[in-house]
Amino acid sequence: MLTLTSADVYYGNVQALKGVSLHINEGEIVALIGANGAGKTTTLRAISGLLSPRRGKVIFNGKAVGGLPPEAVVRMGISQVPENRRLFGALSVRDNLLLGGYHLAWREKRAKLRGDLERVYDLFPVLRERAQQLAGTLSGGEQQMLAIGRALTSRPLLLLLDEPSLGLAPRAARAIFDAIAQFRQQGLTVLLVEQNARAALQIADRAYVLETGRVVMEGSSQELLNQKEVQRAYLGRGYRQVWEEE
Amino acid sequence: MPIWNPRIERMPRTELEQLQLERLQATVNRVWESVPFYRRRFEELGLMPEHIRSLEDLRLLPLTVKEDLRSGYPYDLFALPLREVVRIHASSGATGLPTVVGYTRNDLRNWSELVARVLSAGGATKEDVIQISFSYGLLTDAFGFHQGAEEIGASVIPVSAGAPEQQIKMMRDFRTTALAGTPANALRIAEALEELRVPRSSLHLRWGMFGSAPWPESVRARIESLLGISATDNYAISEVMGPGVSGECEEHKSGLHINEDHFLCEVVDPDSGEVLPPGETGELVITTLTKEAIPILRYRTRDLTSVDVRPCPCGRTLARMARVFSRTDDMLIIGGVKVFPAQIEHVLMQVEGVEPDYRLIVDQVGGMERVEVQVEVPAALLTGDVGRLLRVQNLLRERLQNDLGLSAEVKLVESRKIGPVEHPSQRIVDRRRTEGGERRGTE
Repeated sequence: MLTLTSADVYYGNVQALKGVSLHINEGEIVALIGANGAGKTTTLRAISGLLSPRRGKVIFNGKAVGGLPPEAVVRMGISQVPENRRLFGALSVRDNLLLGGYHLAWREKRAKLRGDLERVYDLFPVLRERAQQLAGTLSGGEQQMLAIGRALTSRPLLLLLDEPSLGLAPRAARAIFDAIAQFRQQGLTVLLVEQNARAALQIADRAYVLETGRVVMEGSSQELLNQKEVQRAYLGRGYRQVWEEE
Repeated sequence: MPIWNPRIERMPRTELEQLQLERLQATVNRVWESVPFYRRRFEELGLMPEHIRSLEDLRLLPLTVKEDLRSGYPYDLFALPLREVVRIHASSGATGLPTVVGYTRNDLRNWSELVARVLSAGGATKEDVIQISFSYGLLTDAFGFHQGAEEIGASVIPVSAGAPEQQIKMMRDFRTTALAGTPANALRIAEALEELRVPRSSLHLRWGMFGSAPWPESVRARIESLLGISATDNYAISEVMGPGVSGECEEHKSGLHINEDHFLCEVVDPDSGEVLPPGETGELVITTLTKEAIPILRYRTRDLTSVDVRPCPCGRTLARMARVFSRTDDMLIIGGVKVFPAQIEHVLMQVEGVEPDYRLIVDQVGGMERVEVQVEVPAALLTGDVGRLLRVQNLLRERLQNDLGLSAEVKLVESRKIGPVEHPSQRIVDRRRTEGGERRGTE
């Protein structure tokens, strides 16, 4: 579905990605793991069009993505949920969700959006309860659900998730991961960036490990969970996320 | 025949190439970071990992030779500390220091999967009873096949190498349906079966998976007819993994399917090191794509083959390598003519009444090189019509001269006088440099 081939991405003169290649098959959940500054978020931005690779290719369903503006990328079916959510706090939950479909043509909108809202509400029932509440008044976990829900109303084929569990209480983080795991049944494809490597590997099919802008390992999640280097560097010795123990 | 991992073994080549590139880049990044030997080589070449942007860039990487592995004996080429390594194998060290290879848990898991593919391609399923007649020990063959056979869920009988009589008893008692071992071993078993007059009907044998040493088609035909099985070839090389690199599909036997998601194979000119196009014969060079304990870049195997990337009628899209009959160091130069033992075998095979076992003796007499080819023929021919004997002898001499440019004396000897060998190089007796000394044995 998506392939990235030898992508070089720069911030000014600083090279953030050094020849990164990866692929995502339809229906897969793929995780990018690695330390802070390894290039995970940069990789997502290179895919969503927020950054344009200086060299290398980004191909989505046979079409080149590299260099396209983000709105064109959204129209192709790629939607990114940014880190820190970026919601409209002064708007209601429902309005935030409707904004996700802003790029759809007027005529399409009504019918489609109604169905999409229902789907989001089914996935995150708490959002239905709080549909009229202002987004700014939601808890961290609810805001994250809303951010994901908003991305879903743009009807993406590929969902890019940047640190969805960041700053969330364990229970909320678990709800988010459970929801992501469910996307698989809905035929959605997910690229997930996570600091919480163990949680990410538990729901992902495959993963890539980034280090200083390079992919140093790739493989099935099971393989990487078995890999002692991964355990030591990213999972911590005897490390269990608090949310797992609940 | 079943395909063990259809998703990979039938993967469209563009998808496969993307996977290979991703794995190559990750391997290069890892060795650059954690193997000082490769870091130095990169620095000498002025190469950075990110210079590898496509599969064609593979040729920018340094070649690795057996000497490099030896000079790093035992652990210098490991990319991980020893505590991550769960198994260590080594070559026999017959020609010097052994080469050591380590496996992490993931390496072992991959190894099992790859041998499972080879066994499945050779016809085996979980219904089979697989007898392992490789010797268990430091060498990779026995353990590789053992794990692969367990992976497919077959019943594994770890008989190890042993006398043919014992192998036959095991086969009968345990109802063995598949035999894995060296071709020489298989031939000995097959001939013992004939000698001991064991009826073929008392065996349940159906498949044979033989490898680790070259064996000509004539030997395959003999093994297949005496044992009444379908025999497939597979390629093993301990420096990169052991068995599991490639194997023939039982239906077509037209080249060995390379497990290209784990190994990148190139064919290079053995003299210049230049990469040759598909179809041309040269030295096989292998880069590991998933090895964790010892990733190896562009290992010169010294084995001569060619690679065919066209899809196989069996449905696999994995490229096929031609069966390996010669090694670059098997090459003899006799009177200025380059000759490989496999070529001699090929000539002998085409002459009727001649058996596959032979010996080639090269000598230097008063500054002149003298070559004698000793070939086995059935006893009946030796004691029969002298005219016929001379005709066979002359025909052989002519063919060697015309096909290979080799002027040789031909001597016909009785069956079993020479017998099977583990490696074709053992058929060469070169007395030119070392007085009466045999060339090196197999490794």
